[in-house]
Amino acid sequence: MNLLGLLVAVPLGFMVAALLLRGSGRWLILAAAPVMAGLALWLALLPPGTTLLVGNWDLPLGILLRADGVARLMVLAGALVIGAIGLHALVDPPGGKDGGAATAETFWPLLYLMWAGANAGFLTTDLFNLYVTLEMVSLAAVALAAMGSLAAALRYFMIAMLGSLAYLLGVALLVANYNTVDVTLLAQVARLDLATVMALGLMTAALLIKAALFPMHGWLPPAHAAAPAPASALLSAIAVKLGFVILLRLWFEAFPAITGSAALHVLGGLGAAAVIYGSIQAMRQDRLKPLVAYSTVAQVGYLFLAFPLVAGAVEPSSAWAGMTLHGVAHMLAKAAMFLAAGLMLKAAAGDRIADLGGLAQAMPLTVTAFGLAAVSLMGLPPSGGFTAKFLLLSAAIEQGAFLYAGVLVVGGLLAAVYLFRALSACFAPLAGAGPDTASRGPVTGGVKAVAPLALAGLAIVMGFAGTALVDVSAIEVPWATPTVIQPEVAP
Amino acid sequence: MELLAPEPVSAGHIYAVTGAILTALGFYAFIVRRHALRQLLAVNVVGAGVFLILGGLGRGPDAIDPMPQALVITGIVVAVALTAFGAAMIVRLAEAPRSPDQGKAGKPDA
Amino acid sequence: MSGAFDLILCLMILGTAGIALFVRDALAAIAFFIAFGNLMGLAWLSLGAVNVALAEIAIGAGVTGILLILARARLLALGDPVHSGDTPTWLWLGAFAACTSFAVLLAATVLSITPESGLDRVVAPLMPGLGIENRVTGVLLAFRAYDTLLESFVLLGALVAVWSLAPARAWPGRPAEPRMADGQMHQVAGASGRVLLPVALVMAAYLVWAGSDLPGGAFQAGTVLAGGLMLAAMGGAIGLPRSDRPLLRAALVLGPLVFLAIGLGGIAAGGFLIYPKGLAKALIVTIEYTLFLSIGVTLALLVAGPPVADSPVPDAGGNG
Repeated sequence: MNLLGLLVAVPLGFMVAALLLRGSGRWLILAAAPVMAGLALWLALLPPGTTLLVGNWDLPLGILLRADGVARLMVLAGALVIGAIGLHALVDPPGGKDGGAATAETFWPLLYLMWAGANAGFLTTDLFNLYVTLEMVSLAAVALAAMGSLAAALRYFMIAMLGSLAYLLGVALLVANYNTVDVTLLAQVARLDLATVMALGLMTAALLIKAALFPMHGWLPPAHAAAPAPASALLSAIAVKLGFVILLRLWFEAFPAITGSAALHVLGGLGAAAVIYGSIQAMRQDRLKPLVAYSTVAQVGYLFLAFPLVAGAVEPSSAWAGMTLHGVAHMLAKAAMFLAAGLMLKAAAGDRIADLGGLAQAMPLTVTAFGLAAVSLMGLPPSGGFTAKFLLLSAAIEQGAFLYAGVLVVGGLLAAVYLFRALSACFAPLAGAGPDTASRGPVTGGVKAVAPLALAGLAIVMGFAGTALVDVSAIEVPWATPTVIQPEVAP
Repeated sequence: MELLAPEPVSAGHIYAVTGAILTALGFYAFIVRRHALRQLLAVNVVGAGVFLILGGLGRGPDAIDPMPQALVITGIVVAVALTAFGAAMIVRLAEAPRSPDQGKAGKPDA
Repeated sequence: MSGAFDLILCLMILGTAGIALFVRDALAAIAFFIAFGNLMGLAWLSLGAVNVALAEIAIGAGVTGILLILARARLLALGDPVHSGDTPTWLWLGAFAACTSFAVLLAATVLSITPESGLDRVVAPLMPGLGIENRVTGVLLAFRAYDTLLESFVLLGALVAVWSLAPARAWPGRPAEPRMADGQMHQVAGASGRVLLPVALVMAAYLVWAGSDLPGGAFQAGTVLAGGLMLAAMGGAIGLPRSDRPLLRAALVLGPLVFLAIGLGGIAAGGFLIYPKGLAKALIVTIEYTLFLSIGVTLALLVAGPPVADSPVPDAGGNG
């Protein structure tokens, strides 16, 4: 029996349950996390070629769900990340210090809405359906951002809404031009005409906003940095990924014949610029959460830097795998880092990096989680980040794309600079005042560190599961038959 | 007018071109109007323009396609949901313009 | 359909939109926006899309208009005059150039596509199997029911998002009473609300029923219900509920939940959102009725806004 629909229906069911249970709805995550992880694992292990025509209505009209490699990895990573963030939010509730009772309760339905929207978006091949899922995710994302800074959230909201409409305009042109909005059908009938180019341009611009690629990243740092830790983690790990995945569908599946290499290099160039710019901005921050948020700007850059590498490769599987795994590794590591940063800031004297002194002694597990996440973000072995960067780097060198290769290396070095700065601050002796760190007690500290530690640990473990993950990423790739390759993997 | 199309201009094209102009008009107003509530209104005009393009281009000689109609209805509902949230945010922001973390969080890159 | 009528209507649409976007006074802008929405409704009628016309007038013009009016009133009470401020010359010049080129490019694109009702051919032969006549309802609740299911959750999620903005002390609480400032108007609204609410309910129920075969449907009907509820609330005929009332929560989730349950029930019949043979119409009508109730309540509460702290009467401008 085909249960793909459950990956969307179950989180929606939890959203309803959370609304009905009101204040006690938070405990639902204890059931939701294992159930969703189980479903996602089942999805990852399905035989290739699993699809579902929703309601059994045929294609030009109906909606197709498909478990390709990208969907499998994103849904699985999403389940682990959202589940862990949810469990973490039980011990470190987003209502937090300012006692927002509304925040503490509404966080949960919004989390499930984002979960359902993300899964729906990863699985569907229908561009209009993707519009609805984009709105599900954006709505939840803006509301979560508003829990931190209303001003930043409103700015995010406006730009996201304009982006959505630009995307919808593209969909409108495509549906009029082709009488279908299904990616798999468009791939067969796509032709080079004004409407298609215009639609692709509009949709790409819209999705780059949603994915926060430089220079459309402006809304991200304030929104992500100000939100409560579990919300920040959801924003950076999940919300920006959907735009990226839709772009994959458009550029590599529906319209590969239309996206010329010049356009691909524009995306790649923006990606490279994002890596450098985001890293430099992260280095310049003197507060912890903006640093982590700017690191997201940089890490998103790698995803797009990979576009020309995938398109330019003779055997694209390896670059494709590198790109996908980078997305997954970033989800895990960045969620871990935001959760850890949230705990660290609660224990620290202030929100500056200089205030982190003494934390390595006070909360060793949390700082370890931060450190492990940093290892993956920098791309040091062994880690998912390393495997991904290694695949991308070898693809770049193979193609003689030394500029991209250089950015990959330099980006890693810059990440090392800004992340080590934060880490080493934790090991600095306690700076004068702020001895109240001890009052939190080691036991609760330990429980609280579980989720970030687990996520960061997964980001590291990914480095050992490289071959298996590369195989999954190769399921139903947009070109030809999936070929299994044997990449070099971290020790 | 901007109807530079070949001789017989169909009703569908008239509305679709109107939608195109509305969209651009809305985008323009969104950029030059600095108040959030006016921007919200502008976004709704952009939306209406996009919907009109969908509908106009789905209008054949003797019938209008049900599929774009359904998409537009979905779009209208999504738009009103988001507009309600946006309006609520604008009002809340005016109520609490200087809540604790606002000023700093707005500009992390000093 | 006469081309002259279409042309004049389009010019009026552009004119009202232009005024709504660029007039200085915010209230005038909103008034013209509502007029614009109604003209859009006419445009949809002229295109032959009665379902969309109903939705556009009820939701696009009606609910959105009320949302904007209420937001403006609340902003004014808070001392925000809703003035747009001046735009630097370079900005509007640049924007003007960019948007003019965009308009030309987009118009050219649109003209390069031949308008046609391509998917009508696909939809038509599938309708007998559903047992309903309205093709748009067919697309919304059968062929692309999945979109509609997700959309119903977007609406629900928007209310949750609005609630998430409630001030710390106000949760769980009631939204600000949308009372009329004018006492006499208040009484009129109260009296008419008492009468109109049942009328709205009946009318809306009819719209849902008609929606299977004639234009109409859950979203349009839900808006009518929301209108009735809002009017009744404005006149004080009904109070706005606390956000944590179990009955309210049940009413909000009923439609999406029934839709979801029917979708999951379809797995027994072969897959997600499959309607078993012969049951399609019954299930569609069930979804529409429950959805309409939930949409009505959700829209009314979306308009009402987030819960506020109990003490001050909000329209009196407690913060002023």
